[in-house]
Amino acid sequence: MKETRLGEFEEVILLLVGILEQEAYALKVADEFESQTGRKVSIGATHSTLDRLSKKGFLTSEMGKPTAQRGGRRKRIYTISATGQKALSASKELRTSLWKQFPAFINFTFQT
Amino acid sequence: MADRRNAPPKLAERLLNWFVKDDLAEEISGDLEERYFEDVKEQSSFRAAFNYWYQVIHYLRPFALRKSISITSMNYAMYRSHFKIGYRNILSDKWYSLMNIGGLALGMAATLLVGIWVYDELSYNRKFENYDTIAQVMQTQHFSGEIKTGVNQPMQLAPVLRTTYGDYFRHVVTSSFTNNELLTIGENRETKITRTGNFMEPGIAHILSLQMLKGSRDALKDPTSMLLSETTARALFGNKDPMGQNVQIGTMIEAQVGGVYKDLPLNSDFADLTFIAPWELLKTTANFEDRVGWGNNWFQTYVQLSDNADITQVSTLIKDAKYNHIKNDTNAGGGDTKPVVHLHPMEKWHLYSRFENGLNTGGAIERVWMFGIIGIFILLLACINFMNLSTAKSVKRAREVGIRKTIGSFKNQLVFQFLSESLLVVALAFVFSLLLVLAGLLFFNDLTGKMMVLPYTNAWFWLLCVLFIFCTGCVAGSYPAFYLSSFRPVKVLKGTFGGGKGASNLRRALVVFQFTISVVLIIGTVTVYRQIQHVKERPLGYDKNQIVYVPINGPEVRNRFETIRSELLLSNNLEEVAASDVLVTGTVVTNSGFDWKGKDPAMNEEFRTLRSTHGFGEMIDWEIKEGRDFSRDFKSDSLAFVINETAASYMNLKNPVGEMVQWGSMGPFKIVGVAKDMVTNSPYEQIKPTIFTLHYGGFLNFINIKIGKEEATQEALAHIEKVFQKHDPKSLFTYHFLEEQYARNFIDEERMGKLVTFFALLAIFISCLGILGLSVFVAEQRTKEIGVRKVLGASVLSLWKLLTRDFVVLVFISCCIAIPIGYYYMNEWIREYSYRTELSWWVFAVAVIGTLAITLLTVSFQSIKVAVNNPVKSLKTE
Repeated sequence: MKETRLGEFEEVILLLVGILEQEAYALKVADEFESQTGRKVSIGATHSTLDRLSKKGFLTSEMGKPTAQRGGRRKRIYTISATGQKALSASKELRTSLWKQFPAFINFTFQT
Repeated sequence: MADRRNAPPKLAERLLNWFVKDDLAEEISGDLEERYFEDVKEQSSFRAAFNYWYQVIHYLRPFALRKSISITSMNYAMYRSHFKIGYRNILSDKWYSLMNIGGLALGMAATLLVGIWVYDELSYNRKFENYDTIAQVMQTQHFSGEIKTGVNQPMQLAPVLRTTYGDYFRHVVTSSFTNNELLTIGENRETKITRTGNFMEPGIAHILSLQMLKGSRDALKDPTSMLLSETTARALFGNKDPMGQNVQIGTMIEAQVGGVYKDLPLNSDFADLTFIAPWELLKTTANFEDRVGWGNNWFQTYVQLSDNADITQVSTLIKDAKYNHIKNDTNAGGGDTKPVVHLHPMEKWHLYSRFENGLNTGGAIERVWMFGIIGIFILLLACINFMNLSTAKSVKRAREVGIRKTIGSFKNQLVFQFLSESLLVVALAFVFSLLLVLAGLLFFNDLTGKMMVLPYTNAWFWLLCVLFIFCTGCVAGSYPAFYLSSFRPVKVLKGTFGGGKGASNLRRALVVFQFTISVVLIIGTVTVYRQIQHVKERPLGYDKNQIVYVPINGPEVRNRFETIRSELLLSNNLEEVAASDVLVTGTVVTNSGFDWKGKDPAMNEEFRTLRSTHGFGEMIDWEIKEGRDFSRDFKSDSLAFVINETAASYMNLKNPVGEMVQWGSMGPFKIVGVAKDMVTNSPYEQIKPTIFTLHYGGFLNFINIKIGKEEATQEALAHIEKVFQKHDPKSLFTYHFLEEQYARNFIDEERMGKLVTFFALLAIFISCLGILGLSVFVAEQRTKEIGVRKVLGASVLSLWKLLTRDFVVLVFISCCIAIPIGYYYMNEWIREYSYRTELSWWVFAVAVIGTLAITLLTVSFQSIKVAVNNPVKSLKTE
């Protein structure tokens, strides 16, 4: 049995893969994570998460075209699978429903 | 420079490619390179390279690792095969394996025993809770040029420490010296036992943190109640409740049992503290008033420091504690001896007990080091055997190495294989050595006079054992592993491989090392025994044969001495009876405060003194050089001295007979005779200036009885017992022969001698096992050569010479190295005795000839076998 819930880091990485589309390979995902969240992350850590998400079935991947930029090596491009999208929307729904029940949010939305 | 900017760091790249899975290598190195070039554009190349390394290191994650590297998928099959091959190798050549494992097991067993012994020595006293804060008060005094340090203190010291320096101490305790005391209970004192114990102030129970089984630690505060150890309580009362029971100590003192404490640890200085009686009770005993002055150092003082006190600071602060009180007191010597009081911490009592010129200069720790080093050397000898035998055997395994390499084995894998094989052998040897230790521990305990056990239940012990196996395996196996794995397959498989000159030279060097150690140990053994023998044969100047002594337990015996004497002498078997304060085999009592005509006023004299009744000198058959012995005919002899020759020259008296001597407030005493020097203190030391005097009072401690004919000893003893039981029914009658007492002087030295012998034998045995193995190997190598030689007409003798010569040369070289080393160390050892034997040349000759003989025997065993072999057999094989 594989774990099918999403952790916070996993969720962000999954979303980033969706955002990056054709450019979603480990290095770019890591770069995007840094620029979007301002948190440092190593490529290895990102790659390991991508690998884990693939094993859970949330991502599929295939090798891209070789590029001269990287010594003629190919890159692995990740795409969100149907289960991945389901997991993302389930997670989003859960959050919205939780936010709705949060009284502070209803009463003082723009206080800060 | 340009190069570096164009490519990421090579080493990091290689590292990455080494550990990362093949199917991930492309994308990862691609990603990292891309990032690197981005970095290079924006930052310095150093930063970029650094970042590259950072990223590589961060790929050390389970998902990316190669299977062979990740721990979860170890290549079991290969390791199993290593051990299997090792196991088969052990079985295939049993003779060789036996020597190998046997030698290692012996070496490991010896090292284990030494290890347990060292542990026991180092853990001495450590079981006390207050180990870090307990100290004994020492006193350093000056006696005419000699500086002496001892534990003896006046009883006034403890109160001074308590009042003047109270802040630094939690407890200060005066104690008597440990004594054999008679303990009796019951209506008619029918249960009698003799036990060792002290009279001590109440704080001691807290200092030693006694574990009370009954009663409380504070029981000693009541001056009529005493504490018993568990075994003493059981010996006296059996299963009855001892609390509150009346116990008589000696014949005068009575106390109630106020508590029972758990026996104190055997490997501690308080092991024979089997009862503690209150100090206040001792003050009630006879002639106590004689001991009370500041000048009478008759007691010991123990302290426990307060929590924040620093021992070295406190030690310097209290240095004048005694001097300040006696500098104006002429009765106590007026501080002529410049007494310095200082502290000796508990951690140093056992291993650092020697003081020279007032400084702590070591002690038993030297012995710990010595045996520790010997233990390690013996293990090394066994490891060398292993190395020699495995490299010698390498020719047999060269093919295996060649094949393995051709098939694609890496050098590292081979190193690992051979290391694991040696680990297997060492582990096997360890099992045997444990059995050996179990079997030998009793014997070893006997040898060392200890009660040691293997700490099975201690996890640390087993952890250390594993470490021990591992280290031994690595030491023994590393050289063979690197040597064997470096063979070149082409050479080996072609058959041109000859075993290697370097290896055989190294083997020679190792054999020389082994025998050097063995010979040094043999020299040590011979010297230690020579010294013991030399001292045993020392002419004593008196006759101690057939003298028994009975300790005096109470004043009744002292008061009725004359009656007892005359009743004893009724027996024809008894020649003489005389009482004395100390035994003639150990005149431990020293005194000062003497004055005579012509004495150098600056001299702080110190004499041994022996007080006795009439007839004592005659009984020990002393020789009077000048003047006369004490005589009952001269009433004035109650104020007379007989001095020994050393005393006469010490006092600088040409004609001592007739001179008058003042002894403190006593005297004047007249010197009536000069006795020939006798060895009345330690036989290892020089004879001390000694004064003999008559005494019929409270100082008498022993009744010495000379038995006539040896055949009648039993009858005589029966008679003695009868007389003592009549006159001293309350006491437990005990007697000892003076001879036995004297023999105690040799216990330590004989123990040391036995231990050194034990290790020397082990060392030579292990070394011989080694050369036996080597000679087997050499003979095997040269079978054909010997066959050819025989066919051509060589005699057995010449073949024997050929095969043994190499070894004899090696052993001879070892002897040449060992002699100066042995001479140096034994000279150091023997210098500690003032009465000592010379290190004569023949000691070394014996060691050399003995070793050569043993070597020849060992090697000949094999070489003769080979030399007499029929050459047809050895040549026919091809």
